[in-house]
Amino acid sequence: MDPGPPLRSAQDDARFRDSHQAPHGSCMIDLILTQTLNGLASASSLFLVASGLSIIFGVTRIVNFAHGSLYMLGAYLAWTLVGRFGPADALGFWGGVLVAAVLTGLIGVVIEVLILRRIYQAPELFQLLATFGVVLMLQDVALGIWGAEDKIGPRAPGFKSFVVIFGNRFPTYELFLIAVGPIVLLILWLLFQKTRWGTLVRAATQDREMVGALGVNQRLLFTSVFAFGSMLAGLGGALQLPREAVTLHMDLAMISEAFVVVVVGGLGSVTGAYLAAVLIGILHAFGILIFPKITLVLVFLVMAVGLVVKPYGLMGKAPVGHSRAHGPPEPLLLPADGPTKLAGLIGLVILALVPLLAPDHILLTLTELVIFALFATSLHFMMGPGGMASFGHAAYFGLGAYGAALAVKWLGAPMEPALLLAPFLAGIAGVVFGWFCVRLSGVYLAMLTLAFAQIAWATAFQSVDLTGGDNGILGVWPSAWAASKTVYYYLTLSICAAAIVALRLTIFSPFGYGLRAARDNALRAEAIGLDVVRIQWVAFAVAAFCAGIAGGLFAFFKGSVFPTYMAIPRSVDALLMVLLGGVQTVSGPIIGAFAYAGLSEQLMKMTMYWRFVLGLSIVLLVVLFPRGLVGTALALRERWRKEPQPAVSLVEAKP
Amino acid sequence: MTIDRRSFLAGASASATILAAPGLVQAQGAGPIKVGEINSYTAQPAFLKPYRQGWELALEQINAGGGVLGRKIETIFRDDGGKPEDAVRHAGDLINAEKVDLLSGGFLSNVGLAIADFANQNKRLYVASEPLSDAIVWAKGNRYTFRLRPSTYMQAAMLVEEAAKLPAKKWAIVAPNYEYGQSAVKWFKDLLKKAKPDVEFVAEQFPALGRIDAGATVQALEASKPDAIFNVTFGGDLTNFVRQGNTRGLFEGRTVVSMLTGEPEYLDPLGAEAPVGWIVTGYPQADIKTPEHVKFREAYMKKFNDYPRLGSVVGFDTMNSIGAALTKAGSTETEKLVDALKGLKFPSAFGAAEYRAVDHQSTLGAYVGKTALKDGKGVMVDWSYRDGAKYLPSDAEVKVLRPAG
Amino acid sequence: MSAVSPAQITAAVAASEPVLVVRDLAKSFGGVRAVDGVSFSVLPGTMLALIGPNGAGKTTCFNMLNGQLRPDGGEVLLAGRPITGMKPRAVWRMGVGRTFQITATFTSMTVRESVQMALISHAGEIWSPFGRARDRHREAADALLAQVGMAAQAERACGVLAYGDLKRVELAVALANQPRLLLMDEPTAGMAPRERIELMALTADIAAAKGIAVLFTEHDMDVVFTHSDSVIVLDRGRLIAHGTAQEVRQDPNVRAVYLGTGATSGGH
Repeated sequence: MDPGPPLRSAQDDARFRDSHQAPHGSCMIDLILTQTLNGLASASSLFLVASGLSIIFGVTRIVNFAHGSLYMLGAYLAWTLVGRFGPADALGFWGGVLVAAVLTGLIGVVIEVLILRRIYQAPELFQLLATFGVVLMLQDVALGIWGAEDKIGPRAPGFKSFVVIFGNRFPTYELFLIAVGPIVLLILWLLFQKTRWGTLVRAATQDREMVGALGVNQRLLFTSVFAFGSMLAGLGGALQLPREAVTLHMDLAMISEAFVVVVVGGLGSVTGAYLAAVLIGILHAFGILIFPKITLVLVFLVMAVGLVVKPYGLMGKAPVGHSRAHGPPEPLLLPADGPTKLAGLIGLVILALVPLLAPDHILLTLTELVIFALFATSLHFMMGPGGMASFGHAAYFGLGAYGAALAVKWLGAPMEPALLLAPFLAGIAGVVFGWFCVRLSGVYLAMLTLAFAQIAWATAFQSVDLTGGDNGILGVWPSAWAASKTVYYYLTLSICAAAIVALRLTIFSPFGYGLRAARDNALRAEAIGLDVVRIQWVAFAVAAFCAGIAGGLFAFFKGSVFPTYMAIPRSVDALLMVLLGGVQTVSGPIIGAFAYAGLSEQLMKMTMYWRFVLGLSIVLLVVLFPRGLVGTALALRERWRKEPQPAVSLVEAKP
Repeated sequence: MTIDRRSFLAGASASATILAAPGLVQAQGAGPIKVGEINSYTAQPAFLKPYRQGWELALEQINAGGGVLGRKIETIFRDDGGKPEDAVRHAGDLINAEKVDLLSGGFLSNVGLAIADFANQNKRLYVASEPLSDAIVWAKGNRYTFRLRPSTYMQAAMLVEEAAKLPAKKWAIVAPNYEYGQSAVKWFKDLLKKAKPDVEFVAEQFPALGRIDAGATVQALEASKPDAIFNVTFGGDLTNFVRQGNTRGLFEGRTVVSMLTGEPEYLDPLGAEAPVGWIVTGYPQADIKTPEHVKFREAYMKKFNDYPRLGSVVGFDTMNSIGAALTKAGSTETEKLVDALKGLKFPSAFGAAEYRAVDHQSTLGAYVGKTALKDGKGVMVDWSYRDGAKYLPSDAEVKVLRPAG
Repeated sequence: MSAVSPAQITAAVAASEPVLVVRDLAKSFGGVRAVDGVSFSVLPGTMLALIGPNGAGKTTCFNMLNGQLRPDGGEVLLAGRPITGMKPRAVWRMGVGRTFQITATFTSMTVRESVQMALISHAGEIWSPFGRARDRHREAADALLAQVGMAAQAERACGVLAYGDLKRVELAVALANQPRLLLMDEPTAGMAPRERIELMALTADIAAAKGIAVLFTEHDMDVVFTHSDSVIVLDRGRLIAHGTAQEVRQDPNVRAVYLGTGATSGGH
């Protein structure tokens, strides 16, 4: 044990202990002040990462999911470099930290030039997904280079000890971190106010077109901004070195908090990011003191409340112009023609015949695929015709699963009523969450769905008494009559097929048309008497309800329910299925679900670095096939027909 | 803080099939006996890399001696990434697609419980090696699940024995917020209250596994001014906790009683920052001179050119106990294997042990001692081996705790 | 406006009450009075043009009439009933159709479907989750399309139409709820001169035939002077002139305002 040379004598220390016997009140105040300092200390790295994220968003309008990964790389690089330069030596340590930050900035340049540059014009969701692909790739890069073991960094030279503040020992390094936040904020302010580059960044944040008009080299500006933001993230990671172990899951742990900070602070606002980081840091510190069991929920609750009360954040401004500013206009959507319907029917018949031929494990895989097809279709319903991209659809899948499991655990319900109940829990959550979400659009809506999903996840994770927390709920097995794999498969297939067909019919019903009208042009839709918000709200709830059906079936299929059912990766799975299939087609999500789930399973069996391959596939998908499999196929077919008289061929498409 | 890498090992994870021995497959018609081994290899590498090596050592020894029942044993390793959801998926895949004869493994208690429930539903044998929750053999115990390592109850009982001797009255607790942490805390509190009715528990912190906010947590514990602390965290959480606790003086003038901290996998990474004087369960690998252990340690060091961790012992013993069960059963049939495991005596690196018939818990013990610093490294001193059999409740009590019988 | 048609006379006689009455309408944005005490009315079957230089408050005025903006003061009466501060969809339900300055169609629908959409909404069938929307109100939709001369293009996607055709579809959509009042914000912006004349002649005929009151803003003075029954002129939020096209043309205030500004067209 080497806490470094103590600054105080043993007597001081004894006195310090005695002070603990002081009246309760002053103790309480000391504790509050110390916990505030703790909060400020953890706010610093959060601020560095979040400010980088915010600046990048401000200029390029990209929400960079990979920013947490850059933070992680910064920490790993610092660990390596500091070790090499000599951790005991001040120059070695701080030099290592700074070089790590600069290297992270260079990695940012590589990412920007190779990937992001190609997707600046794509819809927000595609950008989010592409950067998520980068997250997966960088995870495996880090695993390959540094291995799975946690890395413990050295203490910072000159900051190994503590001082006594408010009657408590406080590490000097934490004090240093507290100072870093405002210093960086000041540097950023000077940079933005006093340099030409900073002026350009501010101008671009306010109005992108203006920069183009000024004749500025936009490419160079974007690349430099991305490098700068990456460097801040890398610095944030490197500075964590003396504070906590470097691990492979730092990236996502950080990014979800950084999202909260950026959203609460206002996308694009650096000062807002600082205020929000301090808010979150302090909230954490006191959460541990007051509600040690709901610390995770608290943070996302703040984000949700923030988005509801101030949709554009503490210091943010409403985006200028149309909410669906980029991305091409929605193409024509037509009901399936004869051959397509026949193909669908044949597919269903094949699925129905599989149990007669295939071995058990194929049947199990298919059961899962069918459930995911419904899950993806439900997301598509709100995302395609509804135009509401959800980054937290797993919440409703998970709530369906938990609805079923809780009914079994607490009500002793058998499978049948539990399955009936499941979608209602999801649907009710959809009604409540949806009410808030449909009032936003685009990236703000996606962020709010993410916040709600994280609230649901954190609630399941931390309400140990109700949900079993991380232990999950076990023993959610089907009734005896449905216990066989074949019977359960047929049960799943019939319910999911019915739900998918119902969703499809709805898309072509008056309600579905109303939903599309609201998406295509909300102003116009209102002007022909459509209640856009309510239509979207109902669609949101319907999508949640159907995801709940899928979740309930999944619970009895697996026999157990865990918080991971609601975690971000499952939401991303759903998005990928929809996008792989093609968001602008109705059969896309089904094809996408089968393709994605099948592909990822094969990938995982093939290589240990499947995350890298999956991430790369996502990036390539976004860059090369933004219309998805079905969308691309339709486009090819259309081209093949050479559009002789599309109008006529449409008329003849009989239902 | 909300999602971690483990949750990304979605679905079936990197799986590596390792043929036990490169030699010829037995020409008797029957292929090798297949064991499906599910563990959190990428999420908990510190423990599970040595675990796998220990397992492979035992497997090599068994197969070199001709295998069991005239067949070689083959292991199919699967990584659950620390996620119960994935463990269940692997279990299904291993049984249905790979047609394994039995399941084994599990590091985290919640993962273990999930596999145990799956095994029970599917009537397949599951030998749980590491998940410590007592629920695996008691509250949720079932016919098809056996567990090797001393449970949270047993290790808590061993530590309470020492804790009760301390003058400390006011205790603070820090534990990871999942089955293992909850269960360890429950038993520690129950047993300590029984041994010393005047103790009180003044603070409890349950950080999420792998997500400890160490500074604030230390401060919250400090604020309750305990006489002593019971720690259940391990791995990265422990490292962060110890560092912040050292700097902030949380441990000065206080005794810390700590689960697992004496295991080299968690003590060694702390280096010179390793705490001194903590009462811990662990594994003083270099100092155990029993013939079984010396033999094991030498074989291990020869094969891997590295000293064994506790994980190595657990992997080694799990494989050996499976081998013994197969031999005793004379079959790979699940029901026969289950019957064979009840009361099975098997050799372990810590001496002979037995899977108790009454609750399927093995009597493998643990080492209890104090931490110290030696040459800038944490070690265990004043240790002694505590035989697991002595820290288990009576059969009558167990019958109450284990509704499944 | 050319000769007075018999239908128009019939309509005017049948309902000499104005369809739309606006009194003292006002709206400020951060201290700037965008619309300041504007009053006027529109009779059934007539076309009233709202003109003024850029930034005069025309669009603001429009947006208050159809409910997109809530006025700070004043009132709006539709057939004698107050609609001030109502939401756009409520205003629509009262019988107000609207076309937009920037064409606002449903790009994922065909021309006919767009009109069907409005008809479905008018029939109150929007919440029906089953039954194919394409099969509903097909004849009515085709009739409306025929009226605006778009029947031949009913199956085309809105997203691929020529600009002038889009404006016609807009008109058909706006007529779907059999409005008493039609609000048209720059209906001919971006069109070729011949198209402009055609579209406005069409509108005038429909308005006259059905007794619809039409209020439109317009930059093109030829359109204004050819197709309006009367004209009101806004400048810096205030109504500075009101009368027939001829009267307004002679008005010294109006001349002062328009002097030096390009009177024909321009962006907004």
